[in-house]
Amino acid sequence: MTMTEKILARASERASLEPGENVWVDVDVLMTHDVCGPGTIGIFKKEFGEDAKVWDREKVVIIPDHYIFTSDERANRNVDILRDFCMEQKIKYFYDIKDLSDFKANPDYKGVCHVALAQEGHCRPGEVLLGTDSHTCNAGAFGQFATGIGNTDAGFVLGTGKALLKVPPTIRFVLDGEMPPYLLAKDLILQIIGEISVSGATYKSMEFVGSTIESLNMEERMTLCNMVIEAGGKNGVVPADETTFKYLEGKTSVGYEPVYSDAQARFVSDYHFDVSKLEPVVAKPHSPDNRALARECKDVKIDRVYIGSCTGGKIEDFLAAAKVFFASGKKVKVPTFLVPATQKVWMDVYGLSVPEFGGKTCSQIFEEAGCDTPASPSCGACLGGPRDTYARMNEPMVCVSTTNRNFPGRMGHKEGQIYLASPYTAAASALTGYVTDPRDFLM
Amino acid sequence: MAAPPPAAAATTRTGALTVGLSPYTARTSAFRRAQICRHRLPTLRCRRAQPLTAAASSSPVFHGECFVVGENIDTDQIIPAEHLTLVPSKADEYRKLGSFAFSGLPSAAYPTPFVAPGEESSRYAVIVGGPNFGCGSSREHAPVALGAAGARAVVAESYARIFFRNSVATGEVYPLELAEAGAWKECKTGDIVTVDIGKAVMINHTSGKEYKLKPIGDAGPVVEAGGIFAYARKTGMIASKASA
Repeated sequence: MTMTEKILARASERASLEPGENVWVDVDVLMTHDVCGPGTIGIFKKEFGEDAKVWDREKVVIIPDHYIFTSDERANRNVDILRDFCMEQKIKYFYDIKDLSDFKANPDYKGVCHVALAQEGHCRPGEVLLGTDSHTCNAGAFGQFATGIGNTDAGFVLGTGKALLKVPPTIRFVLDGEMPPYLLAKDLILQIIGEISVSGATYKSMEFVGSTIESLNMEERMTLCNMVIEAGGKNGVVPADETTFKYLEGKTSVGYEPVYSDAQARFVSDYHFDVSKLEPVVAKPHSPDNRALARECKDVKIDRVYIGSCTGGKIEDFLAAAKVFFASGKKVKVPTFLVPATQKVWMDVYGLSVPEFGGKTCSQIFEEAGCDTPASPSCGACLGGPRDTYARMNEPMVCVSTTNRNFPGRMGHKEGQIYLASPYTAAASALTGYVTDPRDFLM
Repeated sequence: MAAPPPAAAATTRTGALTVGLSPYTARTSAFRRAQICRHRLPTLRCRRAQPLTAAASSSPVFHGECFVVGENIDTDQIIPAEHLTLVPSKADEYRKLGSFAFSGLPSAAYPTPFVAPGEESSRYAVIVGGPNFGCGSSREHAPVALGAAGARAVVAESYARIFFRNSVATGEVYPLELAEAGAWKECKTGDIVTVDIGKAVMINHTSGKEYKLKPIGDAGPVVEAGGIFAYARKTGMIASKASA
C-alpha cells in the first residue's frame, strides 16, 4: 500500500484497502475557521440538535484567520459565533481574538490556520486531519492525511467524528538533485502544476519523495503540499523523517506513528525531476498551471508585490525575501506588502536577528528596502476578502504574489492580474518593478 | 429551433411546485423549500408530459434556459470571497448568496450576468460548463449560491473533487458530467435545454442536439433527497429527527 492508503486503512480499521474503495474513517483532528465555521456549526445544530455535543472537544480546532482586521460587521459577527460555540462546547483549541486594534493583545490568537495547525502541534504523521478549507492539504508535509471538506461534511464530522472517504490512488513525484540557491519549494510546486495541469491530480494523492525533498525544512515541505489542491489533488504527502520529528519536539504530547509507502506499493504514475536543472518559475494570470520561466516575463511591468498567506507567509518565506533585499542593498520600486501568516511568524520577523544579515532582523531589512510595515497576521488579501482588507487589490493592478491562486478576482479586483511566484522572485520583482528572476540579485 | 416538450410550456412562472401534477420531492429543510416556493423561478424544474411512473418520479427532469461558462471555473468566480461572510445555514443569508452567484465571472467574457441586476434568483435552471468545474476553494457557499439562485443542475465536462462532493452533500445542485469531451462548447447561454437524469441525456432544443451524460449513480438519490443528512434519514441510516 501507499502511505495515503495505509493512513486510511488504519483510520478505518482495515488490514488493507484499494484505491477507489469508500471507507468510513475516524477523524483525528477537525479544523474550521471564521469563513466556514459558522455554517458548519449551523448544520451541526440543525442536524444533531441545539443541545448536541461535539464528538470530542479536544479534537476540534477552531481558528479565526480569514476576515479579522475588518470593520465588516458580518465578518466580526462570524468570529463571535465561533467564540460562543467554543465556550458552549468547551473546545480545547480555540485561538481567539477579541481586540482587533492590536493583535498582540490577544495571546491566544494565531493567524492563518494551516500554519497555526503546524506550529501548535496538530499536524502529526499517520493521522487524519480534515478542515473546511481547501489548503488543509498543507499538513501532508508531516505525513498526515489532510484534505479539505465542505460545511455539511464538517457538520457531520463534528457530530460523529467520522467521514466517508474514497481512497485515492497516488501519483509519485521523485525530486532528486541539489536545490540551487535561487530556487524555493514554490518553484518546485509551480513546476509540477505546470506539468500536470490544474486537474492533473483530481481525486488523487500526490506523494513527494527523493533527495531534494529530504533536504527541505518543514516550511518548504508545507509550501509543496499546500498547493496540491491547485493540481486538483485530494491530498499530498511527504514521508516523515528526522526533520519532521525534530519540528514536532515539544509541540505535541500526543503519540503518533508514521507510516510509509511499501516498496511494492502501486502508484498510478511516477514523475521524475532533476531539481538542479530547474529555473525560477511563475504562474501567469489566471491559472496556477499557466507556468512560465520568471526570466521570460522580465518585460511584465508590475504595480505591487504581496508576500503572505499559508503558502508564502511563513518565517522561511520572509527570510528568503529579506535575503534578496539584503543582497541587493536597494529599495523596492513598487509597493511591497508583507503579511506574516501567524503571530509567531510576525514575532520572528521582528525578533530573529539573522547572522547572515549582519545580525539584522527581517523587519529591519524590509524597512531599509522601503517595504510597507509588516501587517497584522491573517489571510489578508490572498483571497480578497472584505473591501477594507489590508493590501486588497481594489483596482485592476498587476501583482506578483507568494500566495497560491491567481484566479480572476482572487485578490479583489476582477480585472487584476496575479503572477504567483516564490518569495525570492517576489522580492526581486519588487526591486525592479518588473517580474524578475532572483538570480539577478542572488548570483 | 426544436420545440420544447409540451409540459415545459405548461410550466408557468409560479413554477412546477404549484402545478398539481408534480409531486414535489422533499428537500432538506423548510427554508430551502420555502426558498423554492417563494422565489420567482421562471424555469423551475418541471415534469415531462409522459404518464407518471415510479421511475419517473425518482428521475427529475429540468427544463429551461442554460447559462454557459468555460473551463476551470473556480469557486472564486462562482462566489467571490468578499461574500463569504454570508452564512449559508441562515435563511436570509442563504438567499443573499444566491443573488451573488457567478458575480466573480469577468464581465468582458460574460456580458450577460447569471443573476440579473436587482434580482435575487436566476432565470437559468441549468449551468453548462467545461472541464474542472468548481476548482479551487472548498467553500460550500459555491454550490449553495448556485442552488439558492434557482439552478437545479450543472452539466460540465468534469468537476473538481470538493465542489462535486459539496453539491451532493448539500443537495443544492445535480453535478452531472457530459459523456463526450468538448460537447459543452456547442451550447450558448440562453439555449433551451432539457436535462433528463433518468435517461442521462441533455437535449439542446435550440441547436436540436442531444448529449449523453455519465450516469450520476448513487449520488443521484442523495441530491434528490436534499443532501446527505436528509438522505440518511430517509433511508434509515440515521434516526429521523424533527429538523426545523
